[in-house]
Amino acid sequence: MKKLLAGAAMALMALGGNAAQAQDYPDRPIMMMVSYGAGGATDFQARIVTMTAGNEDALGMPIAIINKPGAGGRVGWNWFATQAESDGYTLAAYNIPHFIAQSIKGGVEYSADTFEPIANWGADPAVFVVAADSEMTSMEDAVAYAKENPGKLTFSGAGLFVGHHIAALQLEKAAGVKMAYIPTKGGGAAAMKAVIAGEVMAGVNNLSDAFRAQEAGNVKILGVFDLERNEFLPDVPTMKEQGLDIDNASVNFRGVMVPKGTPQEVIDKLSATVPEMFANERVAKKMKAGGSPMHIMTREEVQEMWAARQATLEELLAGL
Amino acid sequence: MEFIYYFGDVFAPVSFLLLLVGTIGGLILGATPGLSPTMAVALLIPFTFHLEAVQGLILLGAAYTSTVAGGAVSAILLKIPGAPANIATTLDGHTMAKKGEGARALQLSFLASAVGGVFGVLLLIFLTPLLAQWALAFGPSHLFWLAILGVTIIGSLDSASVVKGLLSGCIGLWLATIGFDDIMGAQRFIFHSSLGGGINIIAALIGLFAIPQVLTMFAKGRRNDNIEVIEVKKHAIMDAVRELLSRKRAMAIGTAVGSIIGLIPGVGGQIAGLVAYDQTKKFSPEREKFGTGHSEGVIAAESANNAMVGPSLVPLLTLSIPGSPTAAVLLGGLLIHGIFPGTDLFDNHPDVAWTFINSMLIGQILMCIFGLYVAGLAAKVAQVPQSVMAAVVLGLSVFGAYSVQSSMGDVYVMASLGVMMFFLERFGFSAAPLVLGLILGPIAEANFIQGSMIANATDGMGTYFLSGALNIVLIAIVIASIAYSVVMELKQNKAQNEEASA
Repeated sequence: MKKLLAGAAMALMALGGNAAQAQDYPDRPIMMMVSYGAGGATDFQARIVTMTAGNEDALGMPIAIINKPGAGGRVGWNWFATQAESDGYTLAAYNIPHFIAQSIKGGVEYSADTFEPIANWGADPAVFVVAADSEMTSMEDAVAYAKENPGKLTFSGAGLFVGHHIAALQLEKAAGVKMAYIPTKGGGAAAMKAVIAGEVMAGVNNLSDAFRAQEAGNVKILGVFDLERNEFLPDVPTMKEQGLDIDNASVNFRGVMVPKGTPQEVIDKLSATVPEMFANERVAKKMKAGGSPMHIMTREEVQEMWAARQATLEELLAGL
Repeated sequence: MEFIYYFGDVFAPVSFLLLLVGTIGGLILGATPGLSPTMAVALLIPFTFHLEAVQGLILLGAAYTSTVAGGAVSAILLKIPGAPANIATTLDGHTMAKKGEGARALQLSFLASAVGGVFGVLLLIFLTPLLAQWALAFGPSHLFWLAILGVTIIGSLDSASVVKGLLSGCIGLWLATIGFDDIMGAQRFIFHSSLGGGINIIAALIGLFAIPQVLTMFAKGRRNDNIEVIEVKKHAIMDAVRELLSRKRAMAIGTAVGSIIGLIPGVGGQIAGLVAYDQTKKFSPEREKFGTGHSEGVIAAESANNAMVGPSLVPLLTLSIPGSPTAAVLLGGLLIHGIFPGTDLFDNHPDVAWTFINSMLIGQILMCIFGLYVAGLAAKVAQVPQSVMAAVVLGLSVFGAYSVQSSMGDVYVMASLGVMMFFLERFGFSAAPLVLGLILGPIAEANFIQGSMIANATDGMGTYFLSGALNIVLIAIVIASIAYSVVMELKQNKAQNEEASA
């Protein structure tokens, strides 16, 4: 039904041209593009954080989610950068560092300059996991193994130029070792399966998914690729605590953005309302129940974060 | 036996109502060309936000079960498989429908679905811990060999000639390489922005199967109005039951293959039907009848694709690893209520887990009852004038291709593949091997690359791909499958030569 509504909204958009009046924005349902498949973590969280959009104190109009999955998010973001209407009725979810890393690597139509951030809703750090029966119990063990067996420690992650890959690169750089990063097809779930089934010795995965897998007794989490410990895993030390100089560049930030060229009044209205909408109590409850860490940031904070990521990633990916 | 305690919960008013709605709605969605089970389940997700955990899952589970079975309707009547799972059903099912036996084909397919489906769910109930180990046993090297096993059946699938079958398969394998490669991020054959995400399998299915049909129908409809009206024979349900009982071999092979292959994360659902069809054909004394409207073909394919439903949920429910896109959507449905699959689900929420599984068991039976009820009615579709049917199918095809990911690009892909297939069919090529190539290409490729990366870091390629019991068993089956095809081909040639010389 939501898809139909959004379809109708798009048809209206095409008919009415760009004549939307900024002062009564929004006067019809809004569409939000998610560049990953239905059921994935980004899709799941996007649906929760936008579920109160129709409330009077939020936007007063519902937000419909449209999935355009493919090629690690490139399909959806390419579409958003080149074909989406910039009238404020087409939003998209962003994943940092994915889209910035992909734009640095090249071959896509977008970069941090083609999008305007609105607000951030979540931050899912990468974590280092091993199977529950693994002999490694800390990052020290893993690094020691990698030093003794250069290039032999196999560890999985969800593809190249995504958060997991960035974390893997940071780990190799900070520990000064060579390891074998195995990118999987099929996202974090496939990477996690490789760890649990013993196909690889370790893995980088999302904190939210790893938290669930640890609860189920399938994996051990050895370290968090973030600046601080996470509320879901208060006992797991960060990489820095374990002597590895790694910052939060790989943390998967998720939030809302619009295409460049969207009227300033619309951006102002959205960036004032959307963080409030994310802060809704019902949203927080659902997110916590699903094991998804929230991290609300305003437009200014996100702009800073994007710029910082751009600089870090350019340095890290140089020469790859 | 814990599950028996929760049977009552399935019949709680709201739950049972949702089960009915999910089943009937799923049948209708599944029967609509272009609506895949994954999409049906994804469409329902927003509704489950407002339901309790159990109720939401019942709705999703019922929709999953019945869309897979409902896909047989369009596969049989229109030769348009709703999802990859139904491809094998078109091979004999549609030929039966063309002969006016649509009602019989539909009845057999729903009965076979129910038997396979119930068996699959029973496996899920009794053998979950064991099956979980089995699901994990398949690493990259094994999946690679499994995909190669699939490739070996390409040649013999629905083609007059093995060479043309293999050629179609190669076209499919090539089409599969288009787009960004997920592992390395390389761009391959992207000449147009619609191809960035590769060829979407659902859009390709619609194009390859529906468009040639539509073009043929238009061509015929123009020449002779209403002359070719097919008489739809009535078929008693009891006869269908009796026939099913007499086809034990097809039933058993279909169910067994479906359950085993369905378990394997990422592969199962798409090829279960095709592999079961191929195996049944090889073991059948009437193998030459396959493809000409033989009921064994329909039974094997449909029992396999529903037997896969239960086992395909094993990795999700025990290890929290969604093995298929549909399972990923179901995972979302669980998480939204704060329930984590795995020990948490079975220990702390046994009511949710078992009521959900039980509802799938009852859902299979409901699906069968409603399916049989509409079978006679639906078979009348064959009487709709061809020109009208062509217009309806064309409309549904465009709608279906667009709605997969709200993208016009998919519609273009569908249309161009369809026109290409129309001409290829004229030269004796067929769509099924092409689609199989399209499905298997990425599985073989991704697992080979991944496996070789792991192999290079550990024991080396030879050891990794060629040793270990499971690898050796799979390689043996691959060799046996090739040998069988070669022997059969030679026998046939010899028979033909003798006939010619006699």
